[in-house]
Amino acid sequence: MTLIEFDNVTKWFPHSGGRALLRKHLLRWVTRQRPGKFYALRNVSFRVERGESVGVVGSNGAGKSTLLGLAAGLAAPDGGSVDRSGRIATMLELGSGFHPDLSGTENLVLNASLVGLSRKQAREAFDSIVDFAGIPEFMNDPIRTWSSGMVMRLAFAVAIHARADMFLIDEVLAVGDAAFQEKCRGALAEFRRQGGSLLFVSHAAASVAEVCSRAIWLDHGQLMLDGPAAKVLAAYRGTAAAGMAATPASGRDTTE
Amino acid sequence: MWSGDYRFVTACLVEKDFKVRYRNMSLGLFWSLLNPIVMMGVMTFVFTRIFYNPNARDFPLSILCGLVPFNFYSVAFLSGTTSLVENSHLVKRVPVPREIIPITTVLANCLHLLIQIGLLLALVLAWGKGVSAAWLWLPVVWSFEIVFVCGLALIGSSVNVYVRDTRYVVESANTILFWLVPIFYSFSAIPARFREIYQLNPIAALVMALRNILLDHHAPAFSLLWRLAAVSCATLLVGILVFRRLQRQFYTYL
Repeated sequence: MTLIEFDNVTKWFPHSGGRALLRKHLLRWVTRQRPGKFYALRNVSFRVERGESVGVVGSNGAGKSTLLGLAAGLAAPDGGSVDRSGRIATMLELGSGFHPDLSGTENLVLNASLVGLSRKQAREAFDSIVDFAGIPEFMNDPIRTWSSGMVMRLAFAVAIHARADMFLIDEVLAVGDAAFQEKCRGALAEFRRQGGSLLFVSHAAASVAEVCSRAIWLDHGQLMLDGPAAKVLAAYRGTAAAGMAATPASGRDTTE
Repeated sequence: MWSGDYRFVTACLVEKDFKVRYRNMSLGLFWSLLNPIVMMGVMTFVFTRIFYNPNARDFPLSILCGLVPFNFYSVAFLSGTTSLVENSHLVKRVPVPREIIPITTVLANCLHLLIQIGLLLALVLAWGKGVSAAWLWLPVVWSFEIVFVCGLALIGSSVNVYVRDTRYVVESANTILFWLVPIFYSFSAIPARFREIYQLNPIAALVMALRNILLDHHAPAFSLLWRLAAVSCATLLVGILVFRRLQRQFYTYL
């Protein structure tokens, strides 16, 4: 079963960032000028089958986060199509649904509802989440008094309890201290053992190699290579190193 | 798509809004009561002592029948309009159905509204007006206002993502509407040729209906009720359509 299928997907953003005041909208309408486009993804096609874990590598601005946004259904493609099936959960910016004035417990319940748990499921998972976060003594304090590491712990603990066939993960394995990172890796490994899939974004080639058997490499919005993780990472590292030494933007011209 | 529990997530978000608002107020719920009471007092003074007013006896109640619906409308519409931009972290990072955000913002204001309705009913009783069978219409007419404001919030919030000064347009509209809703004047004072238009404004219609029910002890006229219902439901429908159309690009514009 295919969980995610990108078919020739293109996504662009207006250079202004889109938002504008009325004055600017009127001006554009009168002068018929359109803001310039920035292509975050160009004609990207790939698919992820159930049980597969795929890493996404690429330099800053290569389109990795946009790709996850589309895979999560948060954004709509401007060209091509994104087909999603199964339960797809996200770990994008952990803590996005948290409110600083609410206590740890209140944020836990709120975010359990946001990741799709029912009231009953949230009640059942409650102890397990508190246990996973490992900071029971602070759960009744407002999280604005917490350290950012503690917030991330609770956020990851809630997220991993989502009932999902697949997690979309954006650079979040750098959560908390070394011991907690180990715990997160362990939880994700367990999720994969039970047949779960990952779509995993990282700059760090090492963590992609550890988690994923397959990888795709994005550069300036284009899919450069899709294949076994070792091969893709080697190619990515090679160009990254060469690019640093010679012309920074040379990756654009490289094709498979 | 999103396989979660709509009712649970709605309840959690309403609770969050409510807790966050009241945790930052030392007097808590008391503020919900203070504002309408003070306004009622000031307006009663101006419109019975400064301007001549022949029917001054029920005037404070009559004003409160106008203030409570108007306060709910203006606060809920404005906070609903800004809700998507203020919760952009949710819209961009958490795959939860987006229409839940403006809707829960409006519903969080309903708790305010309930307190103010309680105040209104308490004063009606204290005035010796008594309970009548017409009170059964109260839940119906209030529901239509909530439906109407939900529709407005869906439109306002989605447009505000693209044009950030929508909130100022809403603020101005609210100020204008304060004068065009019969808050400190009665329906009978409105010239006949404008009455039709007045009844098409759900907030004005609700104010008239409340006065019918609470002060005159009779059910609102059918002509008023169907207009209230039709405009409210039509607004919600338009809101859903506009929101569906605009939400495709929320990720890009937030």
